Amino acid sequence: MWKWLHPYANPEVSYHFTGRLLPWFSALAAILLSVGLVWALLFAPADYQQGDSFRIFYIHVPAASLSMGIYFGMAIAALCSLVWQLKLADASAAAMAPVGAVFTAIALLTGSAWGKPMWGTWWIWDARLTSELILLFLYLGVIALHSAFEDKNLAGKAAGILTLVGSINLPIIKYSVEWWNTLHQGSTVSKLGKPSMSLEMLWPFLFCFLGFAMLVAVIVCYRFRNEILARNSIRPWVRDLVSAQANHK
Amino acid sequence: MTTNTELTESSKAALAPTDTLNMTDTQHNNLSYRDAFFLVLKRDITIALRHRDDIINPLLFFVIVVTLFPLGIGPEAKTLSRIAPGIIWVAALLATLLSLDRLFKSDYGDGSLEQMLLSPHPVFLLVLAKIVAHWLITGLPLIFIAPLLAVLLHLNEQSYGALIFTLLLGTPVLSLLGAVGVALTVGIKKGGVLLSLLVLPLYIPVLIFATSAIDTASIGLPYSGQLAIIAALFFGSLTLAPFAVGAALKVSTN
Repeated sequence: MWKWLHPYANPEVSYHFTGRLLPWFSALAAILLSVGLVWALLFAPADYQQGDSFRIFYIHVPAASLSMGIYFGMAIAALCSLVWQLKLADASAAAMAPVGAVFTAIALLTGSAWGKPMWGTWWIWDARLTSELILLFLYLGVIALHSAFEDKNLAGKAAGILTLVGSINLPIIKYSVEWWNTLHQGSTVSKLGKPSMSLEMLWPFLFCFLGFAMLVAVIVCYRFRNEILARNSIRPWVRDLVSAQANHK
Repeated sequence: MTTNTELTESSKAALAPTDTLNMTDTQHNNLSYRDAFFLVLKRDITIALRHRDDIINPLLFFVIVVTLFPLGIGPEAKTLSRIAPGIIWVAALLATLLSLDRLFKSDYGDGSLEQMLLSPHPVFLLVLAKIVAHWLITGLPLIFIAPLLAVLLHLNEQSYGALIFTLLLGTPVLSLLGAVGVALTVGIKKGGVLLSLLVLPLYIPVLIFATSAIDTASIGLPYSGQLAIIAALFFGSLTLAPFAVGAALKVSTN
């Protein structure tokens, strides 16, 4: 497996590899999202209790689960970079952090937009909302630490350590927040819970979820390629690439 | 003039652990892990005692922040006693945060931190000694002052035990987790604000369990469960945080 993997530690190889992946990811994202969103927003049946306003679910839930998934991916990349000293793992973690932060923010915003008609308030100190907010803080901390260092290699290592510390802490925070909420206040708003979905609702959701996941893949690939170019800007292959592109025009 | 003498004093004290570098190999073995630990601990406490402001200022900050709350919220005893645990703990978090800066900053500035990392002793041990010293200097005084502030805030009498126990178990966690943040930001020029952004989210579990232990105690229920969780956080961070601090210091000193 190592023999199969090790060429990708070379920035040039993985630059071209992600370049080949990009069109596939983009096409899949475009198809899945356009089908999924149209299906979800126009044709899927309305919820019998929440009416049409539940449709934000098709954006909210993918964003929320992807926000955690991206953090998990960052933690894996950080571990790889610390253990095997892979510089590209740093680059991929740096590429993922802002995307994750934006998805966390989307989850929070759509959540509060959903909460207003459903619960009658923009914000409640519900356990899930709170832990999502803290996740946003962790993301912002990683991004801020990353940008505070001038040397990108040091920045990647420092942010990696913080990501790992955060990934140990995140489950603790999540459970403590859940515990705190159940202890401090009775459930003033009964959590909606996952409605046992009917199939007509589940299919568009799956399309949307995969579509957003592919969208993340596209954005992360773009950012990753940019990171590679920025970090290797003195290398001959980058110069060749740039001059070839200039000649092409 | 004063700064000059202070500098030489601190660098003299800094020499203590790095003396080992000049020893021969056999003498290395003479300095046991325990000796190395206590050398660093003693050195840090000595330096701190020579800069008393560093000890007193966070304490003053703690007291002033707590006094601001009654002024802002109103003097009713009932409200105050309801929010007292939260206020005391949030103020303790902020005071710890304020004092974290001196954990590695001056050592980083005069180069003794790098010497420590180069010494033959495990970084884990030296870092742990520094954190213990930090807690003795900043965490312990908070615990002595907290009951006084609890009186000012009309904390329920049953809760005093819980307040002391949670502070006793919780403030070391604050020092340990905070050390990770400081170690990451020590090389950055304006690390202060960044430090709070990194560290405060990590403090949330301690805050939650500590205040809920005090709340539970105030209605006369057993709070050993919360204490057990804080103890678990303490031991978890005691074993893991020094590794993270060591790794972070190696990044920061490059």
